[in-house]
Amino acid sequence: MTAALEITNLRKSFGQTEIIRGVDLQIMPGERHAVIGPNGAGKSTLFNLITGRFPQTAGVVALHGHDLKGKAPYEINRMGLSRSFQITNIFPKMTVFENVRCSLLWSMGYRYSFWNMVARSRALNEGAEAILEQINLQRRRDIPAGMLSYAEQRALEIGITIAGGADVIMLDEPTAGMSHSETDYIMDLIRDVTEGKTLVMVEHDMGVVFGLADRISVLVYGEIIATGTPTDVRANPRVQEAYLGAALEAEH
Amino acid sequence: MTDTTHNTHSDVLAGSGLTLAKALPWLIASAFLLVMPFVFTSNSAITIMNQMAITIIFALSYNMLLGQGGMLSFGHAVYMGVGGFLCVHIMNWDQFFGTLPLPVLPIFGGLFGMGLALIVGSFSTRRAGTVFAMISLGVGELIAACSVIIVVFFGGEEGISGDRTYGLPFFGIEFLQQIEVYYLTAFWLVLSALGMFLFSRTPVGRMANAVRDNPERAEFLGYSARWVRFYSFVASGFFAGIAGGLFAINYEILTEENLNLATSGSILLVTFLGGVGFFFGPVIGAIVFTLLQTVLSLQTELWALYVGALFVATVMFFPGGLAGVLMMHTPPLVLGKLHLLVKPYIKTLLPAAICILATAGFIEILFHARHAAIGDDQMTLFWMTFSHANPVPWIAFGAVALGGFWLARRNAPELVETWHEANTDTGARP
Ligand SMILES: Nc1ncnc2c1ncn2[C@@H]1O[C@H](COP(=O)(O)OP(=O)(O)O)[C@@H](O)[C@H]1O
Ligand SMILES: [Mg+2]
Repeated sequence: MTAALEITNLRKSFGQTEIIRGVDLQIMPGERHAVIGPNGAGKSTLFNLITGRFPQTAGVVALHGHDLKGKAPYEINRMGLSRSFQITNIFPKMTVFENVRCSLLWSMGYRYSFWNMVARSRALNEGAEAILEQINLQRRRDIPAGMLSYAEQRALEIGITIAGGADVIMLDEPTAGMSHSETDYIMDLIRDVTEGKTLVMVEHDMGVVFGLADRISVLVYGEIIATGTPTDVRANPRVQEAYLGAALEAEH
Repeated sequence: MTDTTHNTHSDVLAGSGLTLAKALPWLIASAFLLVMPFVFTSNSAITIMNQMAITIIFALSYNMLLGQGGMLSFGHAVYMGVGGFLCVHIMNWDQFFGTLPLPVLPIFGGLFGMGLALIVGSFSTRRAGTVFAMISLGVGELIAACSVIIVVFFGGEEGISGDRTYGLPFFGIEFLQQIEVYYLTAFWLVLSALGMFLFSRTPVGRMANAVRDNPERAEFLGYSARWVRFYSFVASGFFAGIAGGLFAINYEILTEENLNLATSGSILLVTFLGGVGFFFGPVIGAIVFTLLQTVLSLQTELWALYVGALFVATVMFFPGGLAGVLMMHTPPLVLGKLHLLVKPYIKTLLPAAICILATAGFIEILFHARHAAIGDDQMTLFWMTFSHANPVPWIAFGAVALGGFWLARRNAPELVETWHEANTDTGARP
């Protein structure tokens, strides 16, 4: 079976500084994979390289066995990869409903159509309503997305990401800045909507990570120092030393 | 709460068909256009209305870029202009024009405008923002310069002229009369406006909004921001070309002025004045601007100064334009509190209007005093005739302006307070 995502010797430098220093990673279809690591380790940069936001300096990223080199974000998205952002990235002046509906358009095959009326497509509107229901924003559907509260915007961010039905979903700190109950809600949602899909997620909350992930990679200073099941990673002495010990202590 | 959910859901299902509520504004507007010539029967009024209709189409096409797609163009007149020039050339091509009913002619203008937009858009829509604006400015300048170089097409400084009546008679109509041209123009106005409105409701039209708001995110949803912009740009060029064709039919002459930067700038002004955030904004802008341009310019040489001041005031105080000001009143209307605003509006806006008129009067006297021929000191203002050498009118206009200002300032806090109240839901709905 080809890996959903296969990363080989990936490198990225900004000017003189090398931020991603030779990452190798293999994520199988259907796997829930968490990337953890201290702030500034390069987790978001890794996401940006995979999704075509930045070009890599060296190395290969392959999605279902296809090399992504030189592909634009929209091409990568069409190949079935969708992502969310650590810093909320929505369409602030459009209504919540429009935000979700726009994220369904390509996957429903509308492409650049200027001969279909969006209001007339039952599948499109019901699909958007269903997503709104999932992210619990039906009551806010008609207000501009920019007026939502922070937590609501985070939920919308996830809604937009999952709407298109991509089979590889990448979430960059989906619960950042959320309260405990909001975090629980979002995690249930993520578990729900990524059923049967490949999930790659950056997450700080260790409780969340160990509860959800099938496998975990620990990124420190642009290198993956350990990859494995939660139990393996937890037991790994290098991880203990470099990161997890401190983080676990901080939790208590 | 469940109630709201059900409501919104049925809204969506209702949205899948053509409802009377949605067709109503269009029916009213069409009926309005039909009866207007019976209300304003003079030829000059009909000319003004034709001009208005053309400007509305042009402004709506401009807003496809600015309001819908987030592209600030400084050279949009080019697409209207070339469409118009082509139509005049067709009018002069006897064999062909003789077989062509005049009402069909604007399509050729549209296709030509679209063709040019196709070429320019292929490189200008790569980026929005400053890059797009600069390219539009450059292309605008380039083509305006071409008008004196490619004389065969643009006719040099005199431009080119034609005669619309040589076309194939359309059900016996030869378009000799202004009123016949009016209905032709009105027909195209409704058709174009509807076309542009429906375009904004298609997938690519919706994505134009998304790309305007956040091009990067749109790319992560499978859409190339560049191609979304490109499609809007091409469609906009088409409708601008239609406006150009109608201009050709109305005036039977096109000159360099139709595609220069001044014209491009004024359509930006018109659109912004009306409001870029709403589909109907440019319609209001075009109506108001055309009225100012035609009616006000008959009254005063300084009309452009007043239009400029209005524009600056709009940008500074009402960035949503006139449509934005209108739509600001939706919440009080929904809350059933609109009537609260009537009195404070009168108490504040009436003195403000008087202040503005008196200030304008003062400026007019000043202008007359400085620029009238020597010995000609008599002037007429607001139905009063006086000499600009007389200090009384100066003092009177100045005093009224200051008094109006003082009153408006004094009553403004009450308006602000009432405004807040009218926008607060106190649960006391009728
Ligand atoms: N566009 C950029 N240009 C220069 N440096 C960057 C850029 N993006 C990220 N960096 C640097 O890369 C490092 C890793 O950042 P990031 O990937 O955001 O870390 P993480 O998500 O793990 O907290 C940081 O030191 C950051 O300053
Ligand atoms: Mg990060």
